[in-house]
Amino acid sequence: MPDSTAIAHGAHETGSNTHDEHPPYLRHHFESTEQQADAAGFAMWLFLLTEVMFFGGLFTAYLIYRNWYYPAFVSGSHQLNVVWGTLNTLVLIISSFTMAMGVWCAETGRRRGLVLSLSLTLILGLGFLGIKSIEYAEKIEKHHVPGFHYSLQSFLDPQSDRAVFSEYHDKPLMLDMARHTEVYFSLYFLMTGMHALHMIIGIGILGFMIFRARAGAYTSGHVTFVENFGLYWHFVDIIWIYLFALLYLISRH
Amino acid sequence: MSEQIELGEHQHHDEQDEDAHHIVGPGVYVIILIALLVGTALTVWASFIDLGPWNPVIALAIATTKATLVVLFFMHVKYSTKLTKLTVGAGIFTFLTLVSLTLADYISRAWGSW
Amino acid sequence: MSATIVSLPDQSTARIPKVNYLTKENGILSWLLTGDHKRIAILYLISLSFFFFIGGALAGLIRLELLTPQTDLMATDTYNKVFTMHGVIMIFFFLVPSVPATLGNFLIPLMIGAKDLALPKINLLSWYLYIAGGILAIYTMAAGGVDTGWTFTTPLSTHYVNTNVLTTGLAVFIAGFSSIFTGLNFIVTIHKMRCPGMTWFRLPLFVWAHYAASILMVLATPVVAIAIVLVALERTIGIGVFDPAKGGDPILFQHLFWFYSHPAVYIMILPGMGVISETISTFSRKRVFGYTAVAFSSVAIAVFGFFVWAHHMFIMGISNYAVLVFSLLTMLVAVPSAIKIFNWTFTLYKGSITFETPMLYTFGFMGLFTIGGLTGVFLGTSGTDIHLTETYFIVAHFHFVMVGGMLMAFLAGIHFWWPKMTGRMYPEKISQLAAVVTFIGFNFTFFPQFILGTLGMPRRYASYPPEFQVLNVFSTAGATILGVGYLLPVLYLTWSLKYGAIAGNNPWQATGLEWQVQSPPLTENFTRTPIMDHEAYDYEWLERQKEKEVTTSAG
Ligand code: HEM
Ligand SMILES: [Cu+2]
Repeated sequence: MPDSTAIAHGAHETGSNTHDEHPPYLRHHFESTEQQADAAGFAMWLFLLTEVMFFGGLFTAYLIYRNWYYPAFVSGSHQLNVVWGTLNTLVLIISSFTMAMGVWCAETGRRRGLVLSLSLTLILGLGFLGIKSIEYAEKIEKHHVPGFHYSLQSFLDPQSDRAVFSEYHDKPLMLDMARHTEVYFSLYFLMTGMHALHMIIGIGILGFMIFRARAGAYTSGHVTFVENFGLYWHFVDIIWIYLFALLYLISRH
Repeated sequence: MSEQIELGEHQHHDEQDEDAHHIVGPGVYVIILIALLVGTALTVWASFIDLGPWNPVIALAIATTKATLVVLFFMHVKYSTKLTKLTVGAGIFTFLTLVSLTLADYISRAWGSW
Repeated sequence: MSATIVSLPDQSTARIPKVNYLTKENGILSWLLTGDHKRIAILYLISLSFFFFIGGALAGLIRLELLTPQTDLMATDTYNKVFTMHGVIMIFFFLVPSVPATLGNFLIPLMIGAKDLALPKINLLSWYLYIAGGILAIYTMAAGGVDTGWTFTTPLSTHYVNTNVLTTGLAVFIAGFSSIFTGLNFIVTIHKMRCPGMTWFRLPLFVWAHYAASILMVLATPVVAIAIVLVALERTIGIGVFDPAKGGDPILFQHLFWFYSHPAVYIMILPGMGVISETISTFSRKRVFGYTAVAFSSVAIAVFGFFVWAHHMFIMGISNYAVLVFSLLTMLVAVPSAIKIFNWTFTLYKGSITFETPMLYTFGFMGLFTIGGLTGVFLGTSGTDIHLTETYFIVAHFHFVMVGGMLMAFLAGIHFWWPKMTGRMYPEKISQLAAVVTFIGFNFTFFPQFILGTLGMPRRYASYPPEFQVLNVFSTAGATILGVGYLLPVLYLTWSLKYGAIAGNNPWQATGLEWQVQSPPLTENFTRTPIMDHEAYDYEWLERQKEKEVTTSAG
């Protein structure tokens, strides 16, 4: 804890305003726990702003190319399975709910409730990734992964892709437009992949938090970490809400 | 050596006081959860109907409603300080600037030269 | 009025305070694991200077090659690598972090009456990220360099070059996160850590300027990060997003890149503007004229900075209508910059001006930045830009703002706060000489480039038609002078660490909170939380304060 040692001295040695009631987690450059929690929360929000802009670049690219290559994006999105997508949306929304409950448990000092909520959140997160990997496997099988022997067959000859054809009755795309489906799938993998990466990081942190929460951390007043992680988790949820709409839903017709 | 200049005897008024850390309870969360689930059902259902250009509009409107609920309640923004609200606003604003000004170029390319 | 405002303690009795942030703990680990914003600032100062001189050496090579019209010193592709690495290092590893990471880091907590930045560990993390990125950049150079230009232009960077685009990209990506964390830390600190009585409109303008720059760091940098990720993926697996053959659009990269890099030029200049506000006030003994206007113009620059990026793309194939709109919007952003220049000039008016080194650099800044900014307006006007773009006029423009502007401001700031950071004065005469040499060398180097540009000499080539030689010789000669101008401070500042006069708390008779504590400050900055009860730059308050001291010590 480099900074606390470096900063500790002055406050103690000069002995000007050292109150012994200060909880141990109050770092010495802060005046009060409220100030500390406030600063951490605000920092988290600013971090989420950078995340918004990070994903913002991808959203911009998606909107531009959808605008340019509408038919390719329609056919591309028909390759996605709305059932899996919907299921995943539900899983993630529920995990957001369990996370919110976790925050409430921490704030009200319910240790077992906290552990339970976080564990449920973790399980749901894993569930999301599981479903996502089923979807990815399907794409890999059909050679719809850009850069890795990308196959145009489903788009040049839709009837060969029976399952999808029976649902959408797509007309064949011209070769030129069919090739632009690769851009669709690039963006699909980029956006969902970047989202999944955030989920994986989140799940890692969840594991760490469950471990600490069982030992009673977070439920004795110092809830900032749980609250900030909650913000992160909800943010990831919001990204998915938009990905679901943009990738799965808006091009079905 | 540690000189201390008296900078005056202003009252120490805490700016942080205004916000007495509001705790949002399970009741609200359950309501929001239900709203989000309903929203999801609604948007999937709407996607099965051919509404022409309205399909994307409706899907994005519902997504935005859902996102707003998450931000306001799950993320407590409704109960937060002005600063937090401003921060969220700044993010949305910059994001929209990026998207709209870039798209403006792409869309107007089709108009050709004058 | 005396010719100087410097007032030093009696040198025969004065001592550097025994306990201060430098002496508090010893050993290399106490530095590498420190959370103290002042120590991190010093770490940055050392590492930044290192990169500055690497970048400078590369600049020397460029100018040497351009001494003659032929390509005689190095092969053309080597030349491409040299100017690329020069740009990458100078922009991402020197200018972007220059003032914020050193002076901003050191001073913001002191200026607002806080014990540290809000997030000391994140601050240290920023430095480590910066170093990691820097090491990668150096590694790239050793591994053969990269030749895309600092702009990573697609499809050159994605398809045509065979050099180390990936490692350079990663280096910039990492350095970008360092910058994000610095900005984030500053915003949180300025919002949440101000001492009682320190209202927004009592903040020194230095803090306002950093606040505005931090907003840009947090909101713009992630976009270049994702752009770099896309370039890397395009290069490695060919995702097609920037590949015309697959339907991608290389211009999209330009949009994403300049969405960051235009704001980045303000990341590079705003903190410098903050320094100038402080020095101008101190050395004319006046409150900055139009404090509120200067404060808000910083924020206005930050906000408008997001609406103009496509002025870097006028000839790249964006739509005519976009050219028109972005050209108009560019005029908008020049306004707040002009407001600042006017207000500083009014501050000088009827002030008691003295000419210590920081003030000399400040004058250099004002003249050169004004020229740089005005030529920016030429470039923002699409008609003239079509003639001037990709010529040496651009090179002259941005060196006037970045070197004439930011580097001058950086040196002004380093000299101005050197006594606070080290407890010792730099030697005045030789540093004044260095300031003048820098100014002369700068003008010799870069003014001819405006003429070369208008004559049509393109940038980024190792050779040129013989009729351009005279001006290029001027430029190279100027660069030599400039080099001397930059080496001098390194020598005498190092010398002053041991032999400089003891500075005392407030050698400049300045008003900022940072000047009311000991030099060098204590680790925790203040023994007791200060309470602010006056405006920034209140010289009368300072007078009263001194009188109080005299009466108490006499009584
Ligand atoms: C005062 C308002 C300013 C205006 C209106 C302005 C305008 C412009 C324009 C239109 C260009 C593009 C020229 C072209 O490529 O054809 C440009 C280039 C550039 N400007 Fe400025 N500028 C301003 C201030 C600054 C500042 C303060 C900095 C940096 C501290 C800066 C740094 C640059 C750089 C680095 C480039 C060249 C980028 C490249 O292509 O490598 N400018 N400026
Ligand atoms: Cu620009």
